Amino acid sequence: MRLQIKNVRIVDPSQNKDKTGDIFVENGMIVSNLSGAADEIYDGSGKIAVPGLIDVHSHLREPGQEGKETIKTGTQAAAKGGITTVFCMPNTKPVIDNAPTVEFILLKAQKEGIVNVFPVGCATKGSQGEELSEIGVLKKAGIAAISDDGLPVSNSQIMRRTLEYTKMFKLPVISHCEDKELSKSGVMNEGKKSMVLGLRGIPRQAEEVMVARDIMLAELTGGYLHIAHVSTAGSVYLIGQAKKKGIKITAETCPHYFTLTDDVVKVYDANTKMNPPLREQRDVDAIKQGLADGTIDCIATDHAPHTAEEKNKEFDLAPFGIIGFETILSLVLNELVDKKVLSLSEAIAKMTLNPAKIFNLEGRGSLKEGSIADITVIDPKYSYEFTKESIVSKSKNSPFIGRKFQGGAVLTVVGGKIVYRKDNQ
Amino acid sequence: MSLNRKDLLGLEHLDKKDLQLVLDSVKPFKDLFTRSVKKAPTLIGKTVVTLFYEPSTRTRTSFEIAAKRLSADVVNIAVSASSVVKGESLIDTGKTLEAMKADYIIIRHSLAGAPDILARNLNASIINAGDGFHEHPTQGLLDLYTMYEKKKKIEGLKVLLVGDILHSRVAKSNIWALTKMGAEVAVAGPPTLIPSNIASLGVKVFYDLDEAIKAADVVNILRIQLERQQENLFPSVHEYVELYQVTKERLAKAKPGVIIMHPGPMNRGIEISSEVADSANAVINEQVTNGIAVRMAVLYLLKPNNKVKKNAASN
Repeated sequence: MRLQIKNVRIVDPSQNKDKTGDIFVENGMIVSNLSGAADEIYDGSGKIAVPGLIDVHSHLREPGQEGKETIKTGTQAAAKGGITTVFCMPNTKPVIDNAPTVEFILLKAQKEGIVNVFPVGCATKGSQGEELSEIGVLKKAGIAAISDDGLPVSNSQIMRRTLEYTKMFKLPVISHCEDKELSKSGVMNEGKKSMVLGLRGIPRQAEEVMVARDIMLAELTGGYLHIAHVSTAGSVYLIGQAKKKGIKITAETCPHYFTLTDDVVKVYDANTKMNPPLREQRDVDAIKQGLADGTIDCIATDHAPHTAEEKNKEFDLAPFGIIGFETILSLVLNELVDKKVLSLSEAIAKMTLNPAKIFNLEGRGSLKEGSIADITVIDPKYSYEFTKESIVSKSKNSPFIGRKFQGGAVLTVVGGKIVYRKDNQ
Repeated sequence: MSLNRKDLLGLEHLDKKDLQLVLDSVKPFKDLFTRSVKKAPTLIGKTVVTLFYEPSTRTRTSFEIAAKRLSADVVNIAVSASSVVKGESLIDTGKTLEAMKADYIIIRHSLAGAPDILARNLNASIINAGDGFHEHPTQGLLDLYTMYEKKKKIEGLKVLLVGDILHSRVAKSNIWALTKMGAEVAVAGPPTLIPSNIASLGVKVFYDLDEAIKAADVVNILRIQLERQQENLFPSVHEYVELYQVTKERLAKAKPGVIIMHPGPMNRGIEISSEVADSANAVINEQVTNGIAVRMAVLYLLKPNNKVKKNAASN
C-alpha cells in the first residue's frame, strides 16, 4: 500500500523539522518517493503531521479483566486518540511475569489490536516484591520495560538488584513511586481538601520518599530508572537535582497532573480518583515547569479503565484510575501548547522522540526516511466536546467528560496502515 | 421560609442566613415538648427512612422521634457493615427506597461522601446523619443551638473543641457553623489528631489543654476512639487521660460560666471525668433534648424534590 499525505505541516522533533510538505509511505515505511501511483492520497492542508504518539504507561486489562478493557477496545481508543504505540502494564490476571503471558498479549495484539502493543514485564515474580522475575526470558519474549507499577518494590535491596540486573538488557525500570505505609488507606491528596471532605489523604511525601530512594539506587547501580507519573512539585525538584548531578534518570507525567487539582474531588466523584492523586495548584505549576525545562521527559496517559459499577460507588470503595487515551493529545495541545508552556515541537517530542529513545524503540518516534510509518495527523481547528457517548474505550471513567477541546487527532497511521480516520476527513 | 434546598449534606454548604434561620425555627418545636400532645401535623403523610450503615442509638432515635413528632411515617433500616462491601450498592439501595416513595432518607455511613452520592442520584431529601470523617450537620446545628440558648449569642463566643479533631465529623460541622456565625473557635489535642491544615478554616490550634481552656466560653469534648491508639496516634490511653481529659482541676482554670458539651456517647474517665460530666456546667443532656427539636426544624425546612437545588452536592 502506498500512501501520500499531501500539503501537510510536518512537525518532527527528531529532525527539528517544522515545514509544509508531503509524507510518502510505502511497505509500512516512510520513504522519500513512491515507486508508483499512491493508493490513497490524504489532503493534509491545514493539518499537522507528527510521528505517531507513544504512550509508555497504560493498562489494557487483558488477560483477566476484559470487563474493563480488552486489547481490541483499548487499541481502538488509542488509535482514536492519535496514539500508535502503547505500553501495557503487567498487573493483568495473570500478571506479566512469564513468557507465555507476553506471547499471549503480543499474539492478541497482532490479531485484534490496531496499534503497536509493548508489554511491560514484572520486576518481581507475581509483583510480590520478593524475588526477581525471569527478566531475561521476558525480554526475549518481547517486553519493552520492567515494572511492578502499582505494587511498587518496597524492599530497597530488591530494587537495587532490579536496577542492576536489567542493565545488561538496557531495560528501563519504570518505578511507580509510593511508600505504601505513608499512603495507607489514603484516597486523595492530603491537604485542605481532604480535611474538608473527610477523606484520608495521601501525602506528597509518599511519592517523594520513594523518588529520592530510587534516585539514590540509580546512582548506586547505574541502572535505567524511569519515574512513572510524577505528581508533585517535590518529585520534580528531586528529579531535576538528580539530572544536574548527572544521575541517569528519566521521568513521565500524565495530562491530569498538569491540568487538574484536588479541588475537583469535591463532589466525591470517583472519576477524580487515581494514584498518585490529583495535587494542588503549586504542583500543577511545578510539573509544567518541569516539562518546560526538560526535567520531565515524557507524557503518558496511565490509562486505567474501570467499569461504571466499580466507579459509581462510595469514593473510598472505588478503584484508583482514569482512562486517558482519548484525551491526551487534546489536553497537551490545550493545556501546554496553547498556554505556551511548551512549543508544539517540544510537546510532541515528549510523546514521540523521547519515549522512543528512552525505551530503545528503534525506527519509531520519527518521520525520517526509513522510519516505521507510524503517523498522527492533527487538525488544530477540530473543536469538540468530550462526551461519554463518544468514548471508544470500554470504560468511561474520565474526569474530562463535558470538557471542550480545540485540536485533536483526525488520522492515525500504524505501520503504513490507516487505523483511524475521523468522519468526513 | 425554607432552606431552599433538598438535602442537608454538610454545614459547609450553609451560609450565615441559613444557620440563623435554623436557630430561629427551633423554639416552636421545642415548646411542643412540654405539651401533653407532643405532635405537630407538619409531615403528615410523608415517609422518613433512617438508613444506618453504622451502629447508632442516639442519633437514630433522635431522628425517629423528631420525624414522629412531625407526624411522619418512619421506617428504620440498619445495614450491617459487611453488606456495604458485598451486597447491594448504595445507589441501588437508595433507588429501592425511592421506589417505595421515601420522601426523606436520613443516612449514616462510615465513608465520607455517601450522602452526597445518594443526593446526586435521588429526588428524595437526603439528610446526612454522619459520614466518615466528613460532617455531622445536625449535630453541628444542635451544638450551635445549645450554645445559642445558653449564651444568647454566637458572635464573639469562644468555643474550644477538645480531642480527636482529625477523625471527627462533629468537629468539622461545629467549625463550619461557628466560624460562619462569628464565633472564635479553637481546637486542642495532640498534633497527630489535629489536621495540619485546620488553621486554614480560621481555627486556633493548641496542644496544651490547660492553656487552651482558660479563655473558653464553651468546651465541646469529642469522643476518643480507643482504636486510634493502635494507629500510633497517641501512645496510650493513660497518657491521653493525663494530657487531655477534662477534669475538675482543668475546669477550675476556665471561666466560671463555661459550659461543657459532649456529642455522646461519653467515655467517662477518658476524655471527660465523671465529675465534669455531672457538673452544673455540663449541658450534655440538654444537647440531647435540643437534638430532637433541631432535627424537627431541619425536616421542616428542607424541601424534598426541590428542583431548584437538585444538585446540592455541587454547591
